Amino acid sequence: MDWELLRTSFWPMLSGGLTGTIPLSLASFVLGLALALVVALMRISGQPVLSAIARFYVSVIRGTPLLVQLFVIFYGLPSIGLTINPWPSAIIAFSLNVAGYAAEIVRAAILSVPKGQWEAGHTIGMSRSLTLRRIILPQAARVSVPPLSNTFISLVKDTSLASLILVTELFREAQQIASFSQEFLLLYMEAAAIYWVFCLVLSSGQSALEKRLDRYVAH
Amino acid sequence: MSPTDALLTVTGLQKSFGGNQVLRSIDLDLADGQVTALVGPSGSGKTTVLRCLNGLETPDGGTVAFRGGPSVDFGAKVSRKEALSLRDRSAMVFQTYNLFPHMTVLENIIEGPVRVQKRARKDAVSDAERLLDRVGLADKRNDHPFNLSGGQQQRVGIVRALALQPDLLLFDEPTSALDPELVGEVLTVIKELAEEKWTMVIVTHELAFAREVADEVVFMDGGVVVEHGHPDQVLRNPREERTRRFVQRLLNPF
Repeated sequence: MDWELLRTSFWPMLSGGLTGTIPLSLASFVLGLALALVVALMRISGQPVLSAIARFYVSVIRGTPLLVQLFVIFYGLPSIGLTINPWPSAIIAFSLNVAGYAAEIVRAAILSVPKGQWEAGHTIGMSRSLTLRRIILPQAARVSVPPLSNTFISLVKDTSLASLILVTELFREAQQIASFSQEFLLLYMEAAAIYWVFCLVLSSGQSALEKRLDRYVAH
Repeated sequence: MSPTDALLTVTGLQKSFGGNQVLRSIDLDLADGQVTALVGPSGSGKTTVLRCLNGLETPDGGTVAFRGGPSVDFGAKVSRKEALSLRDRSAMVFQTYNLFPHMTVLENIIEGPVRVQKRARKDAVSDAERLLDRVGLADKRNDHPFNLSGGQQQRVGIVRALALQPDLLLFDEPTSALDPELVGEVLTVIKELAEEKWTMVIVTHELAFAREVADEVVFMDGGVVVEHGHPDQVLRNPREERTRRFVQRLLNPF
């Protein structure tokens, strides 16, 4: 095993992870989650048109490959005069994608809160939006942590696709060093190991968050 | 009593769910400080009446008029805002408490006064503490609802309603979800409120309690008021056959 290569390649890859993979994941997740909330609320709004738009959106996002979505935005849109740089392209594609999946999670979590909680909010004089914000979403948050963590962990790994639209992140560093040194197995295994460590950290964050939110619910 | 004296006058209240007409035409007069017990078989529409008064359901027809307003005629086109204005005058206590599990007891109580009525937090807290003390739960202010017994949760539910300083208190079967040994502590609180002359409507199956606390008993069946009057009259000497059968069934279930 080429220890020297392992050592010299580690820092570029880790730095690709810290300056590429992680910020890309975080930005896409936050934007995606905000959009997911909007889509989920459209779905449960009871307005046929809004609900149909939301269903259509979720269907398109879940029914097409993420790589294709990424390529449409980065390589496709320039044909109609819309050129977007690699980073914004990646963030747009990943947040749209996350929103498609997270919308269903958020919708289910909101619906899991008993109807009596809405009524209790209304009876103390709250509007629907205030009830949603103060009463329903805090309770829905607890329910949605495990499935949203799944989505986030998938996203962290999926950002490796951004290497194909020239975003400098963990996997693109690995590819460049690999093609230069021809040590494919070693470097790709090393990249895999770093992704794995990232995800281990995320999983422990999930447990901590669940514990924190568990204070509120009966067992 | 003429309608103008009443705190609340309900006339011709109607409500259907799908094709099912739950309320055919309900008339009610509530005087200040009067306790009204709504009794009747399940499915008779008692709870629906209560929910209409609190704006949790929108009636299909009829008028709900508070003295001094709001007064809403549901036979005409009613805006959502108008329908919800009824909520400003009343507060509801639910069968299943419906406390907010992610908030402490104190936070549950001050949520409405602070967030909706925009009262100063300090005042809301001191009111809440006084009310909690009254129902014997001063030491539970920082607990979460799931740490409380059903009877304690329902007492918090009552305090949450009182904290809104409503003119009318609505109780939807407040003891039906409770273990039998916990019913008493909740009924005691309601009885004390009656003695303080709160205006209340109580949907209940506790006929003995209704007879003791209520000034008027309203017996409903099939979406109409079959009979109403003094508790002793309605529950001991009912005029109507349907009332008689209902009272008999509750007194001798086997």
